[in-house]
Amino acid sequence: MNGARTATLASLRGSIARIEAPSDANLPNRVALGHDGADAMLRGGLAPAALHEVFAAGHQGGAATGFIAGLAGLISPRKPLVWVRQDFSDLESGALSMRGLAELGLDPRLLVTVRAADVDSGLRTAADALACDALGAVVLEVWGNVRQLDLVASRKLTLAAQASGVSALVLRIAATPIPSTAETRWIVRAAHSPPGTAASVWGAPRFDAELVRNRHGPVGRWIMEWKCDECQFSEPSAYPQPLAATPAHRSHQAEARAGQRLAS
Amino acid sequence: MVAKDHNAILLHAVDEAAVRAGLSIGLPLANARAICPELIVYDADPPADAKTLADIADWCDRFTPLVALDPPYGLFLDITGCAHLFGGERALLQIVTDALSRRGFAVSAAIAGTSIAARTLTRHVSGKIIAGGEEAQAIGPLPVAALGADEAITSGLRRAGLKTIGDVAARTPHEIAARFGTAFTTLLSHALGQGDAPISPRKPLPDYIVEKRFPEPVATDTVIALTLQSLARMLVAAMDKQGKGARQLEASFFRTDGAVRSIMVETGRPVTRPEMIDRLFRERLDALSDPLDPGFGFDLVRLAAGRTEIVVQQQRDLDANVHDNDEISALIDRIAARIGGQRVVVHLPLESHIPERSALALPAQHHLAAATAAAWPERVAGEPPLRPLRLFERPEPIKVPFATVPDGPPHQFTWRRALHAVVRVEGPERIAMEWWKQDGQSLTRDYFRVEDAEGQRFWIFRDGLYDSELRDEEGQPVPANWYVHGLFA
Repeated sequence: MNGARTATLASLRGSIARIEAPSDANLPNRVALGHDGADAMLRGGLAPAALHEVFAAGHQGGAATGFIAGLAGLISPRKPLVWVRQDFSDLESGALSMRGLAELGLDPRLLVTVRAADVDSGLRTAADALACDALGAVVLEVWGNVRQLDLVASRKLTLAAQASGVSALVLRIAATPIPSTAETRWIVRAAHSPPGTAASVWGAPRFDAELVRNRHGPVGRWIMEWKCDECQFSEPSAYPQPLAATPAHRSHQAEARAGQRLAS
Repeated sequence: MVAKDHNAILLHAVDEAAVRAGLSIGLPLANARAICPELIVYDADPPADAKTLADIADWCDRFTPLVALDPPYGLFLDITGCAHLFGGERALLQIVTDALSRRGFAVSAAIAGTSIAARTLTRHVSGKIIAGGEEAQAIGPLPVAALGADEAITSGLRRAGLKTIGDVAARTPHEIAARFGTAFTTLLSHALGQGDAPISPRKPLPDYIVEKRFPEPVATDTVIALTLQSLARMLVAAMDKQGKGARQLEASFFRTDGAVRSIMVETGRPVTRPEMIDRLFRERLDALSDPLDPGFGFDLVRLAAGRTEIVVQQQRDLDANVHDNDEISALIDRIAARIGGQRVVVHLPLESHIPERSALALPAQHHLAAATAAAWPERVAGEPPLRPLRLFERPEPIKVPFATVPDGPPHQFTWRRALHAVVRVEGPERIAMEWWKQDGQSLTRDYFRVEDAEGQRFWIFRDGLYDSELRDEEGQPVPANWYVHGLFA
């Protein structure tokens, strides 16, 4: 290949990169998670008007739901939230409880739930909802590995999110990460409460959140605690836990970790 | 046609040839065979008859929105103010009779000032039109059977020597009422045009109707879409004059072969823009599991606003909140039009401390405003979450091998075939069932928040108090059932 062609290719690649990352230069409106390590990695926090994915193994549905509810609450504290889910996700990991949401410091009054019959109608509804700029965020909850959520579908969601400024959050329970156009991708597990016997020491939501894809920066893994009163994540308060997981949940973890290298 | 009635097989319906052979409805089949051995017999199917009648009633919707069923084989059409659209009463009667005869039905139709008078006429002869006030004259000579009263009354009148309706009417009403009841005299007076009972239409009368008739049936999607657009514009123009907006819209497609397909769309707040109506119907039509089948084409498309509301014009430019609310209800309407209104829900708090009954999911289209203003219980500041984020609608049973203290928490449990070792416990939180609502079947629950070795947090409960409730008939203690009710974040 001659030099001129290489130069053309390089300039084309550069322009594609510029087109694909229009807001790269200015990161003013990032939403800080409240966890310093993660915020530094994400250059200020989560990008609004983008697609974020949260993956979890099948039995970690509770933790992942808490994490994504936290993200949704952070991105749009006072705007309505549309939560699209499938019919059978109630049976698999339970219905979203409004009292539980209120206990996390989020407002159940702002929630509109859409019970889609299948993935196709869920995807279409999510894309529709993303076009409505009065919303704060749209959560699409999909159970299991599904064919329909491919690169094209995630591209559609990303474009819709960019056009309207509404953030798209995709919660994938019992699914393997596959390539997508997501801004960030997380694998979430429940984390231990800090040691201590007093009843009030434990029980606050703690997540072992692993950032496996970050379009504009490095990745990492942190223990995050959700502050229900302040409505944001934070560093674990006391007694940092060892990051290495106990052998007990190695086997369950396999499905959420399997395709991670490929995806990021 | 035969049907079984009190273990006897009786004739249910007969055709003209059978009547000529001397058969009549109600004759036992054995007798009929004796009269006419070559009788061809079919089983009667009343549900299918009813369905056919309903289909014909659907078809009749094209003439007037007020169509009432008169089972087993009659239809009332209130054509007040409609007849001129079809070239007058005579022409309308002709159209209806011809169209139905062409499809192979035996039709007998009549027009009169009261529904009962018209029905009485059809029992005798088809095609009569009686002007208001002339009922008594026209009905008088008809036999009493044409009134359609009970068999007992008809035969009673006949035995009394009152053969025609005129004979009965000549008697003073109290004589008739004393013998046959006031219901019959009311029927009689309605038949004679001395009073009228309203018919009960199958469908409520829509507030606004616009329709388009085609001389040639149309079948292509583009024409149908354009028709709906222009109908939407007409409907909005009509509603706009009275400051109304539609909450419920129905598009009806009348096929040339008589089949009618109706599609209903509901909205959360009154629609006042034709584009919105058009978009809602497009969503709905796209999502139909059995698409609109034009067959040989539609010859009439009708758009009706079933329910309307007065639109309050709001100042939009200054108040972004109003604008946002509008957009959200428009979004909810669109989603609901496609996947159904029951699938888009908002949540309202309920006054109950039973976890699964503490919230209510209601269609967002109708309850959005209530949900936005709902008062949820405040969380206790500084406490970790006391209620799980995900709640199972039906608590899932778990296996608990043992508990050190009989009414204490378990040390481990098996849920969905996985063993969870309990590391931390908080509880019990005792929740008694609502005894004032139930018959004492439900047991008191002791809820525990537990964390397992992996850090997952569950909300589990024991169904029943250890010493008092968990006993069998002999008073022996029975093992408790444990359930997972929710997952904490």
